[in-house]
Amino acid sequence: MPATGSPTPLLDVPAARGGCPFDPPPAYGQARHEHPVARVRLWDGTESWMLTRHEDIRTVLRDRRFSADARRAGFPFLTEGRKALTTDHPTFIRMDDPEHARLRRMLTADFMIRKVETLRPQVERLAGELLDAMTEGRHEADLVAEFALPLPSVVICVLLGVPYSEHAFFQRCSSTMLRSDASPQEVTGAQKELLDFLAELARAKRADPDDGILSRLAQEGELDDDEIASMGRLLLVAGHETTANMTALSVAALLQNPRELARMRAAGPQETEAAVEELLRYLSVVQGGVARVATEDVEVGGTLIRAGEGVLCMLNEANRDEDAFPGADELDLARPGSRRHLAFGFGVHQCLGQPLARLELRVAIPALLRRLPGLRLAVPFEELPFRHDMLVYGVHRLPVAW
Amino acid sequence: MRVHVDQDRCCGSGMCVLSAPSVFDQRDEDGIVVLLDPEPPAEVLADVRDAVAGCPALAIELAGDEERAE
Ligand code: HEM
Ligand code: SF4
Repeated sequence: MPATGSPTPLLDVPAARGGCPFDPPPAYGQARHEHPVARVRLWDGTESWMLTRHEDIRTVLRDRRFSADARRAGFPFLTEGRKALTTDHPTFIRMDDPEHARLRRMLTADFMIRKVETLRPQVERLAGELLDAMTEGRHEADLVAEFALPLPSVVICVLLGVPYSEHAFFQRCSSTMLRSDASPQEVTGAQKELLDFLAELARAKRADPDDGILSRLAQEGELDDDEIASMGRLLLVAGHETTANMTALSVAALLQNPRELARMRAAGPQETEAAVEELLRYLSVVQGGVARVATEDVEVGGTLIRAGEGVLCMLNEANRDEDAFPGADELDLARPGSRRHLAFGFGVHQCLGQPLARLELRVAIPALLRRLPGLRLAVPFEELPFRHDMLVYGVHRLPVAW
Repeated sequence: MRVHVDQDRCCGSGMCVLSAPSVFDQRDEDGIVVLLDPEPPAEVLADVRDAVAGCPALAIELAGDEERAE
């Protein structure tokens, strides 16, 4: 067997980032060249395999012999908090088919392209209103708090039927759940608060239905209130943190790349779609590594992964693989084939909300740039607080001026 | 060229609809793939190959295609 795998742990993950805050940790790039199937060590001293090549990750995430069920022995956990989070009240993101498919299919119609496209006027109106409020009598604001975060939060609240007035509460819960240094107690505490809130809401909707997703699930009667709450938590957390960070990080990256910013400003609808795919590729905000565990012995890229061994798929590094994307470290909004990126994962767990995320990004970024031709950072780039401490990457704040 | 889809495997990602909208669609009820054209014309071969390569669930097959996109 060719020895592309490293026998002893090559590095500790997550590894530290290098000079450019938009690039993955340099150690991942080095691994991709030298040990594309690498042994790595996690926070608790356990070991896992780490994949960094686009092709290997596509293969593994589409292979049903790799399980997403965190209750299986050998499943790799990125942080202590993540371990508590993914084993407590799991929902379909941490299940395999057929259960995964059964639950996911209760939601696919809500997030399919044709359905999501009908939300466009609403998303456009909302973006306009947020920009009105942000710019009213002012020339400086935190783009995260006033635009990037509220936009997807309001949208997912409307879809689910969660009152947006509770956003301070669920944003606190979800940011605790996604903080990589949160203790297991903090994580399960925040998770319980959120689940209790959602279960209560599901109960209320049984008596007093509306046209949101939670209400529909309650009416359909296939799930109990706790199951609806688990699903609601996944949608609420996945549905706003990711898009919010993608929006803010995209703006930061564009402001740092004047050529690409000019292109984005000049882009028509089709160029905007391609540009958003390239931003998704280049920034890959889900950075921790998508975790799976082998259920059988499988050879990947010439290395044998045994049943019961964990695998971390580094989506951010795969999206910088030159074999898939020539000149991968460069942001090129007109790049052909950027849609092959893995920012939404791959395999049957590939992001359910991707049509919605795409719509929000395609609306939000151009709306912002159109409204504010003089948009610029209000602090030196070096002072931006990047989210090194979070499972979804981005910036904590993005002070901008116009 | 003959296209097959496996609705049991499909996870409703809609990637195929993005790649080849004249060949694939999604069911209204649950977003699962619907084959609009099982024997599409040669002009869309490249798009169908894209859909095969891009289907996250390995739910699309292209029979009689010598040069597999994989
Ligand atoms: C730019 C924004 C987004 C990014 C980068 C992103 C990324 C991802 C990734 C990488 C996965 C795969 C996880 C895995 O395989 O373990 C995933 C799954 C998922 N995402 Fe997203 N996501 C985004 C937006 C959204 C939105 C707006 C929603 C709204 C509902 C959403 C809901 C979900 C759900 C429910 C899953 C689990 C799917 C399954 O297990 O079948 N995401 N997302
Ligand atoms: S790309 Fe595959 S999984 Fe996605 S809708 Fe089409 S057939 Fe289904």
